[in-house]
Amino acid sequence: MTDAVYHLEKVSKAYGSREVLRVDFLQIQQGEIFGVVGPSGAGKSTLLRLLDFLEPPTRGQLHFKDYYSANGSRAPLDLRRRVTTVFQRPVLLNTSVYGNVAYGLKIRGDKEVQRKVKRVLEQVGLSDMVKERARFLSGGEAQRVALARAMVIEPEVLLLDEPTANLDPYNVGLIEDIVADLNRERGTTIVLVTHNVFQAKRLAHRVALLLEGKVVEVAPVRDFFEAPRDPRTAAFVRGEMVY
Amino acid sequence: MIITRDPALMQIVAVSLRVTGTALLFSTLVGIPLGSWLGLTRFLGRRLVIALLYTGMGFPPVVVGLFVYLMLSRSGLLGSLELSFIPRLFTVNAMVAAQVIISFPLVAGFTMAAVMGVDPNLRHQVSSLGATNLQATLAILMEARLGVIVSIIAGFGSIISEVGAVMMVGGNIEGTTRVLTTAIVLETRKGNFDLAMALGVILLCLSFLANVLMLRLQGRTFEP
Repeated sequence: MTDAVYHLEKVSKAYGSREVLRVDFLQIQQGEIFGVVGPSGAGKSTLLRLLDFLEPPTRGQLHFKDYYSANGSRAPLDLRRRVTTVFQRPVLLNTSVYGNVAYGLKIRGDKEVQRKVKRVLEQVGLSDMVKERARFLSGGEAQRVALARAMVIEPEVLLLDEPTANLDPYNVGLIEDIVADLNRERGTTIVLVTHNVFQAKRLAHRVALLLEGKVVEVAPVRDFFEAPRDPRTAAFVRGEMVY
Repeated sequence: MIITRDPALMQIVAVSLRVTGTALLFSTLVGIPLGSWLGLTRFLGRRLVIALLYTGMGFPPVVVGLFVYLMLSRSGLLGSLELSFIPRLFTVNAMVAAQVIISFPLVAGFTMAAVMGVDPNLRHQVSSLGATNLQATLAILMEARLGVIVSIIAGFGSIISEVGAVMMVGGNIEGTTRVLTTAIVLETRKGNFDLAMALGVILLCLSFLANVLMLRLQGRTFEP
């Protein structure tokens, strides 16, 4: 597991008596785009919350590089700051585009806020909207702001939770390009949760299918789509799984 | 009287501002953290605390005045202790204590409502960006700032307009505990309607100016 960023073993998450996630074994490698597909309620977002250390696992071992998260313990701040999530529905602060993108840098006491914000807004194509009020942006622009404020803090791992759901094809294309560039140019490890199997096929290096809280299959993208081992993966890829 | 800056009038205005300012400061210092805590956390007995808070928001000021009077009187639970930090009856400090009891539930209640109105996913969002618990709470309070300012305005309104409790625990003593509201009552009873009206105009102007100042604190929130 030398190149593994995450190493999960017998990790489970339960809310009360209801277990929503149980991962016997999963590794996410340094520098890859790891796709997670599955129907609603499969535990994809729960998995992301564990990977982002927003919630501790109920049981099991979650290793992040040299850090080990014991049962129920909260991760330290310096570790949490190495990972961030872009959520399906971005919650933007009621301030300007600049204020939103600068937030993560300001809470870290960064000295080069202006320069970094300017650079990242250029990357996401929002340079001319620096002073715009974030609450008046379109869905696609808002999601690009969310992506920019995650990118500006230069995380080691970027977690994307359905980042293009409900967006028009133009914005889907823009965001996919930004994500692919980020991975290629900076080597950022990306975990992409998506309903859209075609998006996983376009972006991911490896893909996992999650069903009812369990990992059914993990495979390189070509094998996953062209030669799945599990019949449930084959059915999901063919779109035969009703959800 | 206003133009000539009548000393007695200036004294009344000064005492009103001192009582209102001090009581509002304490109400804010207690009410905003309490309201934030109630809005952001879940614990056993929270509903009971909220029910008590709502009761406090509608508490009749004269009942608060009576309660504070009984507590601070020489034979009262606190007054009998004769400790230096416990205010004595018929002093400005006693008036402040009564005003704080009346206004802090309003500040806390409105703050709680404002905080609960913020998108619950915001905490996850800012935590994911690396915020500490304190930074996340401050981000939520910033998002709720419109409601938090309203809570302070509500607290201010309840203090500056209050008459029953301050009359009971302050005694309306000329030169020491007479404030604008108690002076208006007194002058009306004496039939000095012109003076009572003048005092009323001053009270309204002070209230207007204070509210304008607080609205400025909301910054661009009210901009279209």
